[in-house]
Amino acid sequence: MATTASSSQKKANRIGLELQPYRGSKTTLCAGCGHNAISERVIHAFFEMGIEPSRVIKLSGIGCSSKSPAYFLGGAHGFNGVHGRMPSIGTGAVIANQQMIAVGTSGDGDTGAIGIGQFVHLMRRNLPIIYIIEDNGCYGLTKGQFSPTADLGSKLKTGVANDLPPIDTCALAIELGASFVARSFSGDKKQLTAVLKAALSHRGTAMLDVISPCVTFNDHAGSTKSYAYARDHDEPLGEVNLIPYFQEIDVEYDAGSTHSVKMHDGSHLLLKKLEADYDPTDRLEAMRILHETSRRGEFATGVIYVEPDKEDFIELLNLVDEPLSTLPLERVRPTKAALDEIMEELR
Amino acid sequence: MSPTGVAVQDAAAGSSSRQIVNDFNIQVATVNGSGSQTANMVLFRSLFQMGIPVSGKNLFPSNIAGLPTWYTIRASKDGYVARKREIDVLVAMNGETARDDVMGLEPGAAVVYDEPMQLSALRDDVIFYAVPFDKIVAEVCPDAKLRRLVRNMIYDGVLAKLLDVDLAQVEAALNKQLGRKVKALALNQAALKGGYDYAVEHLTKQDPFVLESMGSSGDKILIDGNAAAALGALMAGVTVVAWYPITPSSSLCETLIEYLRKYRVDKETGKATFAVVQAEDEVAAIGMTLGAGWAGARSMTSTSGPGISLMAEFTGLGYYAEVPAVIFDVQRGGPSTGLPTRTAQGDILSTAVLSHGDTKHLMLLPSSMVECYSMAIEAFDLSERFQTPVFVMSDLDLGMNAWMSEPFEYPAEPPDRGKVLDAETLKRLGEWGRYRDVDGDGIAYRSLPGDGMPAYFCRGSGHDADAAYSERADDYEDNLNRLAKKFETARSAVPVPVTEREGEGTVGILAYGTTHWAVLESCDQLAREAALAPTYVRLRAFPFTDELGAFIDRCDRVYVVEQNRDAQMLALMRMEMSPERIAKLRSVLHYGGMPIDARSITDAILAGEGHALAPANGDMPA
Repeated sequence: MATTASSSQKKANRIGLELQPYRGSKTTLCAGCGHNAISERVIHAFFEMGIEPSRVIKLSGIGCSSKSPAYFLGGAHGFNGVHGRMPSIGTGAVIANQQMIAVGTSGDGDTGAIGIGQFVHLMRRNLPIIYIIEDNGCYGLTKGQFSPTADLGSKLKTGVANDLPPIDTCALAIELGASFVARSFSGDKKQLTAVLKAALSHRGTAMLDVISPCVTFNDHAGSTKSYAYARDHDEPLGEVNLIPYFQEIDVEYDAGSTHSVKMHDGSHLLLKKLEADYDPTDRLEAMRILHETSRRGEFATGVIYVEPDKEDFIELLNLVDEPLSTLPLERVRPTKAALDEIMEELR
Repeated sequence: MSPTGVAVQDAAAGSSSRQIVNDFNIQVATVNGSGSQTANMVLFRSLFQMGIPVSGKNLFPSNIAGLPTWYTIRASKDGYVARKREIDVLVAMNGETARDDVMGLEPGAAVVYDEPMQLSALRDDVIFYAVPFDKIVAEVCPDAKLRRLVRNMIYDGVLAKLLDVDLAQVEAALNKQLGRKVKALALNQAALKGGYDYAVEHLTKQDPFVLESMGSSGDKILIDGNAAAALGALMAGVTVVAWYPITPSSSLCETLIEYLRKYRVDKETGKATFAVVQAEDEVAAIGMTLGAGWAGARSMTSTSGPGISLMAEFTGLGYYAEVPAVIFDVQRGGPSTGLPTRTAQGDILSTAVLSHGDTKHLMLLPSSMVECYSMAIEAFDLSERFQTPVFVMSDLDLGMNAWMSEPFEYPAEPPDRGKVLDAETLKRLGEWGRYRDVDGDGIAYRSLPGDGMPAYFCRGSGHDADAAYSERADDYEDNLNRLAKKFETARSAVPVPVTEREGEGTVGILAYGTTHWAVLESCDQLAREAALAPTYVRLRAFPFTDELGAFIDRCDRVYVVEQNRDAQMLALMRMEMSPERIAKLRSVLHYGGMPIDARSITDAILAGEGHALAPANGDMPA
């Protein structure tokens, strides 16, 4: 590796950066908010993968979740847009400069309610972006109303029960063609970091639904998005381990009990099977797991579905390799001869 | 034939005692989906080739097939291209509307009609020419399945003979229209000839209308405003286009896609220097446009009224977070779904202040094909220079109808990419903050993702001069004040009004967009009928420039002519101008969905000036 940190120095990553540049400003979210734990994991995942923060664009909609990008990767370019519309801003930004690494944070209301239309079409396009739903089943900033991912019968603090079925964003994303779909829990540091690193190795839309309890409005008995409930009903599909392309695979694994997926950037995603015969590249299997666990009142976590070589939106658009945003004039303004030719056709 | 400037001549032939040359209105009444567009465009192009000033207005329903549609072609030796209400030559092909179409004609008009409709008994003061279309098409097109497609071309042949047009002219126009489609061309040629021959053998000229060549079209082109705007975007170097289909704007992006595919694919790699995304709705379309604009691309979208309404929230984000974007609004009748296939200037007021809170947006107001092109280019420059959404306010009449135009000039200047931070500027400034007004013009320097300059957090929530989140009153006020200052800076950068007619006296006319063409004609009517010579000034942008105030100051009265109910441009002026100036403004309004015509304006101004009106012509007032 390029950088070997000695024990007397602060630890630097492969591009020589310490952890600090991966941090953002001080969080203004509630103490104990799951979203802060997710920000911390984002910081570590980007640090460990050695990604230059200035190469990142971070995006969000509106809500508690959408404040998060301010709290990680301070050197990244950020765009906090309007409620539920982060996918369209992300789409424009990524096609304008495909060399940037895009990470967006949204919430369950931002995605599942006001933004469901844009979410749906983002998944269809397979835009290269990491799309994180910080999922707490309620609207925090407006003081705790149910969101569309709240489970049937889950209760508000006031005792009111949710009477509509939830949207399973993972199942929806798989159905719509997303090429990397994962679910995790903000309290599971190890798994979430590994899933984020795997998402960073993926080319295409990486959709992460992260259960992220709201300590203020949705962490009580009767809620199915509380810390206690999440810990009790988290059903890991297996251990997730991402061996980045820049590291030797020195992990020994048993091919019979571990599924290995070669990611787009050459990294290896190792998934230790707890569920017998579970194949994360099989879309039907992924749907089956989601439905079965949900029927048991559990939620499956880990990388649920991955299709590493699916054509992404940039390839589909057949874009030149350079960012569209900075193409020189001679490549974007046709010649006078071209205009003359057009004029002649119109005569 | 030699060019003629004389409309009424002694008749040289036929039973008519006089001739009306190159100064009449042809209307073709068909059913939409019947393939009449080719026949209409061939007729239109024939006149164009003959150097006759010609304009075409397509009046079509919001429907795929089966409803009435009318195409009006106006020949005007004097160069008037606005809509004229009176129809002189009717081609009646639609049984459903034929009766009304005939009854609405001026006395002395001519009617070519499909024989089985038996229209000739309806009136005795118009001239009827019965043509057995089915019989002729059966003779010229052996394949029964194809007859529907070429049947309309027969009326082009009939009209060519009746109006004394050299058949070779029409054949040349047909060839230009269908040149690449060999089989279709042959069938249509046969139908054209069939109609012409029928007229030679069976019809006796009884009406006074004839067309005479006035030379040639010279350097001129035929184009619609949506295609012209697309060409402007192409030459501006647009790189990201996000759109959602909506009448009447769809053809803008569709034409742009064709040009981009032809002229913006790298020869060596076969890869595109552009991205076009058909979005899931207008909200996503403007979101993508802003995302791309933020990332440094020249980005645009195109829409119409309902889309503008949907884009309101995002437009506010673009204004407040200061993100460039170009939005073409090809206006149609509204509110709500309104009249999707009719024209209006009805989005002016709502677009100028689109979104909640304090917002003001730059709007460009093209009147012509050349301006659709040049203002498209200018819109990109302004949006990047002022880091804000810029609207190009076209309309259906401009966007979807074909117009004669001077050819477009190659851009003389490279694009103005605005204040983008670079190493040198950063060194000069010492310290950079995204929204710091270091130059005193309200415009701050922005960095772009990936350019190696310091990053910032772009947000629609309250922020300070360094783009940090802030709910402080002073930060918020400072920001709004700087945005207002930026708008003031833009006032001296947008296109100034044009004095189209320098009049005598103290009466003024103010108009913008497609209304221009009817006002030009109206000025001549006012001079002829009432010896009035108002000064006519054409607005080209919002914010208003100083020239507008100066114009009002030197008038006693200014008639503001526009195509909406609520005098929207006048209302905008009311927001900005002194009561003394506002007191001088009068409104002339037209909002039925049809393009405004000169007669409506003339009558309104004559009434306003206390003149007796010209004899009633039976049509609706403005």
